[in-house]
Amino acid sequence: MPVSKRTADVRRQKREARLQKSKATRQEPRAKAASPKPIIPPPAPTPKTQNLGPEALPGRQPPAVSRKHLLGIEDLGRKEIEGILDRAETFLAVLKRPIPVVPALRGKTIVNLFFESSTRTSSSFNLAASRLSAQCLSFSAGTSSVKKGETLLDTARNIEAMRVDGLVVRHSVPGAPHFLARRLHCFVVNAGDGCHEHPTQALLDAFTLRQRLGSLDGKKILLVGDIAHSRVARSDILCFSKLGARVALCGPATLIPRGIEDLGCEVFYSLDRVLYEVDVVGMLRVQAERIGSSLFPTVREYRQLYGLTRERLAKLDKSVVITHPGPVNWGVEMDYEVSELPQSLVMNQVTNGVAVRMAVLYLLAGGSEGEVQHG
Amino acid sequence: MASFARKPAVSAARVKKLVEKLGSEIARRNRGEKSLSLVGIKRRGVPLAERLAAQLEKLLKTKVPVGAIDITLYRDDLQLVAETPVVRGSEIDFDINGKVVVLVDDVVYTGRTVRAALTELLDFGRPKAIQLAALVDRGNRELPIEPTFVGRKIATGPSDLVDICLEETDGKDGVFVTRRTGRKAKGGCR
Repeated sequence: MPVSKRTADVRRQKREARLQKSKATRQEPRAKAASPKPIIPPPAPTPKTQNLGPEALPGRQPPAVSRKHLLGIEDLGRKEIEGILDRAETFLAVLKRPIPVVPALRGKTIVNLFFESSTRTSSSFNLAASRLSAQCLSFSAGTSSVKKGETLLDTARNIEAMRVDGLVVRHSVPGAPHFLARRLHCFVVNAGDGCHEHPTQALLDAFTLRQRLGSLDGKKILLVGDIAHSRVARSDILCFSKLGARVALCGPATLIPRGIEDLGCEVFYSLDRVLYEVDVVGMLRVQAERIGSSLFPTVREYRQLYGLTRERLAKLDKSVVITHPGPVNWGVEMDYEVSELPQSLVMNQVTNGVAVRMAVLYLLAGGSEGEVQHG
Repeated sequence: MASFARKPAVSAARVKKLVEKLGSEIARRNRGEKSLSLVGIKRRGVPLAERLAAQLEKLLKTKVPVGAIDITLYRDDLQLVAETPVVRGSEIDFDINGKVVVLVDDVVYTGRTVRAALTELLDFGRPKAIQLAALVDRGNRELPIEPTFVGRKIATGPSDLVDICLEETDGKDGVFVTRRTGRKAKGGCR
């Protein structure tokens, strides 16, 4: 029976081929999942050579999405974001009391581990911790043993060994807080990692907008400026769209990373053409320290095309709400007079920052939310 | 929540009577007091405080402001409970400095809730005096705290459950007691 034997052979070969193919397709998504977290490849910029320690090798699994840490808006769902914002509402009321301190985190210790400079974020976390009766230690890389060559991991491990409950980390390398979260036992809050994410800023932006607009559902929000280097932009895009807003970006083509549309936002290159359509305009800082020399010609040209100037706002026949994460380069992305208009929420953002960070620290230091009955 | 199929330990009509009794006791004690105010402990202390305020305004013929206090952030067992309790927020939009404040709760049990409420209240200001009114006192105190006004005392063991239902929160008034023996009840009093 030669014929039937041949057909059996062919069948077997076909089956094997199919099996191999299915194996290959099965492995593909797994390989994808193992690749580093950021969706948008943070732009090439050269982070200064950093000692990440011997374990900072590629190919490790990203940390599981968990509420033990706050590493990025990417990990959060709409419910979770709204939960944090609702909690922040309570803490904002606490901040208005004659004695704006509650004993909720008494006995807890939180350390600010900042490898990059910061005014608002570090003092905001510091205040948030003390308003919750936690102790807060601030660490800045400039005066530490990092100068002697201690690695990030060693520094963090040594601080953790002093029995702290949480670390608030800012670092110029994307993923540095994720890296620490995988290796430490205490909780980690990302206070900005390179050009990747700055979740508490996005939360406080959303909180401030919600306070003014009621809800972000269906609102059109435009982020203007240096999208490429802005971790705030990435977190904002994710946070606002998760809350139901439509997000658009605008800036010079050299400062808008390719593929950013995949986060679900539209891209425009002319501010004047899109400005009259939006409800909120979120200005971003031109990050001179990260921008090379060749990304835009002159500051004057940038101001004319993308700056939120008095003249530009005067021409606009409707009122848009204005935000800026700070620090502002006055006269570059925004005029000083603009920040003093009633529709500018710049200072509200700073005030709300403390309440939002109190909510984050409270939720992380206490575990997940649930109903517990009083005794 | 307790089902109304069971026979309540205190019926709806009786709860109304108890609240009235509490109101008249508060009025008698604070006769001539111009700066009386009520603060309910969330959640069921708040509707009780509102009922009492309505009655007191009639009896004393002065306005009695009502506030609400949420003691979650002041709990002494926040480190022990696995899950962070829901924070509801406190609302006291009047100045309590120099006022007589009556704290109102549905049930007083270990005394820990009252301790937390006292600490929180003192963060709002310095009242002239603080009094405590509770609809039910179920005993088993763990702290040296006694209510000034009690609707009714019910003797219970630590493993029993006491459910207070109010129209505003549960649709109908009533007090239910579930007797349990042996192991300590999860969550204690409700």
